[in-house]
Amino acid sequence: MSLAIRSFVLGVLICVCVSPGRAEDTYRQQMKGLDEQVQEVKSDVLSIAAELNQLEEKLLYPSNTHLAVFVALAPDETFRLDAVQVQIDGQLAAHYIYSFKELEALQKGGVQRIYTGNVATGQHEIQVSLNGKLASGQDYAHTERVPFDKGIGPKLIGVTLAGPNSGKPAIDVGDWH
Amino acid sequence: MNRTRHAIPKFLLVALFAAGTSPAAEPAASNLRDLYFGEALYQAYQGHFFEALERLDAELAQHRRVDEPQRDSLQYHIGQAEFSVGDFELNYRMHLRAGRAIRAVLEGNVDESVRNEAAFRLARIHFQKGQPDDALEALARIHGKIPEAIRNDIEFLRANVYLALGRPADAVEVLKRLQGAAGLSGFSAYNLAIALLQSGHPADALQQLDKAGQVTGDDPASAAIEDKSNMVLGRLMLQSANFERAQRSFDRVHLEGPYSNQALLSAGWAYASAENYERALVPWNILIQRDVTDSAVQEAKLALPYAYGKLNVYGRAATLYDNALVSFGDELQKVDASIRSIREGKFLKVLVREEIKQDKEWVVRLRTLPDTPETFYLTDLMASHDFQTALQNYLDMEDLHKKLLAWQASFDAFEDIIRLRRANYEPLLPTIDAQFRELDSQIRLRMEQRDNLDKRLQAILIEPRPELLATADERIAQERIRALETALAASTDPRAAALQVRLQRLKGVLTWTLRTEYPQRLTEAHQHLRALNQDVAVLKARYDSFVRTRQAAVHSYEGYDLPISRLRTRVREALTQVDTLVARQGQLIETVAIAELKARGQRLEVYQTQARYAVADSYDRATKTQAGGGF
Repeated sequence: MSLAIRSFVLGVLICVCVSPGRAEDTYRQQMKGLDEQVQEVKSDVLSIAAELNQLEEKLLYPSNTHLAVFVALAPDETFRLDAVQVQIDGQLAAHYIYSFKELEALQKGGVQRIYTGNVATGQHEIQVSLNGKLASGQDYAHTERVPFDKGIGPKLIGVTLAGPNSGKPAIDVGDWH
Repeated sequence: MNRTRHAIPKFLLVALFAAGTSPAAEPAASNLRDLYFGEALYQAYQGHFFEALERLDAELAQHRRVDEPQRDSLQYHIGQAEFSVGDFELNYRMHLRAGRAIRAVLEGNVDESVRNEAAFRLARIHFQKGQPDDALEALARIHGKIPEAIRNDIEFLRANVYLALGRPADAVEVLKRLQGAAGLSGFSAYNLAIALLQSGHPADALQQLDKAGQVTGDDPASAAIEDKSNMVLGRLMLQSANFERAQRSFDRVHLEGPYSNQALLSAGWAYASAENYERALVPWNILIQRDVTDSAVQEAKLALPYAYGKLNVYGRAATLYDNALVSFGDELQKVDASIRSIREGKFLKVLVREEIKQDKEWVVRLRTLPDTPETFYLTDLMASHDFQTALQNYLDMEDLHKKLLAWQASFDAFEDIIRLRRANYEPLLPTIDAQFRELDSQIRLRMEQRDNLDKRLQAILIEPRPELLATADERIAQERIRALETALAASTDPRAAALQVRLQRLKGVLTWTLRTEYPQRLTEAHQHLRALNQDVAVLKARYDSFVRTRQAAVHSYEGYDLPISRLRTRVREALTQVDTLVARQGQLIETVAIAELKARGQRLEVYQTQARYAVADSYDRATKTQAGGGF
């Protein structure tokens, strides 16, 4: 009996392994067919997104008033960035609290667009504040105010943040074209 | 043994080391010259590949449109950007499109090392798409300078391509050179064993598998490849009735890991095949304590009493068969409940749960959720590549569905903005335009005057004419003198001669002043013109600013009807397509899941029948043995 059981068990396993093969192939073919259609739709939606972005930019942020502020971390930064606040001409423009994933993306060299808005041509002032924690556990906060000139083209401002021991400015506000 | 023979082909799959599929070696912030490229990377690093592609596609399209691309900030990262597009597309499961950007790099005027990296990436895409011939063709384009970081990856890919093309002997040559290569050790050792086996060198293959099974690494991938080597070696040994070596191989598999249950089961069979049933009890006793939905655990529930039976412990065997019978009955109910639950659509609802999507190990986590019984039997299925692709496509389509719905709603908001802007500007513009026309004509007149002055001054520089720099009083005086001269010429008055002398004197004074003050006046005139130019520049700036603002006012509500209407149609059509695909993809996932559950159910039914028969037989033997004075 025991031998019979074992042979039977093994036999069943083989049957079970073999019999769904054809069905699996059919499913695989169906999945492949659907996968190709999914890829086509993705391509189509990406092209819609591109057109929509252009429309949105033209409608909401025309180039003569367009202002975008970007945040990056200086290379090899180890401090934990918790939040960044941006004020334009004394008005709160953005207050962002970072998740672990976002902070990791910044540490790898990614750049976050923290604010997109409109300002008139002429002289303005941007104030950037950062809040975070150093490796020692100590709180780290800094604020910087920088004047900037808005011309007739879109204005891109890059803000690079660094820790206190990096030998770099804590908040470096740069002009990008 | 039959079991081993049938199981082996599934195990003889090469190990694929997915090196470099994530965006790697990106620029540090200090080196970054294009903020939008940095933004695309920011999205990609978070796994938001749709957003990353959206950003980078737009940036690349703009770069290609500019007249002088070499002055565009993306030019500094163009090679990397083209590579990244391919990577993002691969990560977003758009294999059909993925090679396009990389091919562009390959065919562009780029450095040799960049071209070689592009060829490698293209080959990798072809290989992932199941096109080994094309992959080999792409690899053949690699010549000369090769970036050090990808040198081993290229050779590893080449070996895998040879294996896929049924050229194991060529793969062996390549893989031999890769033994000990950093980061590939376990993978290259295992693949070399498979290549040796396929090229008809079983003895060398077994030796190599033994080596691969002892390559230790800290990461889970290395541990998995080590276990896989030991499993394959163990099964080959079982097949060739070398039970002792089989046992040793199975014993080397980690007790916790994806192969642990199969290893425990196989170790038991290795001992049982050597008729060492007492030792077989050890792994099987461990195994039956584990998750009962696992197929190895279920098989162990029958194998364990079988071993006790062999040891003539029929009473224990009967009890264990009894337990197995109850367990299989419970599991069958669970399978039925799962099938019902899937038919009610609960499986798909579980799969799209947000908290699960946040977790990398979400397939595993599904089992820990108390209210998801429909997933208990499907973890293996869900971990398979095809099912994962189908599932990810389903999730991607769900995501696109949400995006398209949001976009559809935003069109109403856009139209509202446009309507409000039109209502604000249209009544104001006629008055503003009328005022502007008046000012414009004045400005034009003044500009003409200024131009005339400029011309005169330029002419004076060539041919000095002091009278042109006379003051208004002087000009009046000159006119009066001329009038008096005319009058005196016609006069017969005897005092006329004296008056003419006086007039000549006055004329002389005027001429003297104009001539002597000429250099000073000319300098002042130029100074005044420069001052006027500054005022004109301010005026022109204001004028241009007004024209731009005026144009922007109109552009803020004119010319959007057609694009919005076109986009509305495209979004509506895409939404229909997405909804159809979501339904079809969901249905297919459910069908496959139900088919898997049915197969598991059938197997359980067979186990149940067998246990039912065996329990009676064991009780019978136990009774007989007892009656005979035995156990």
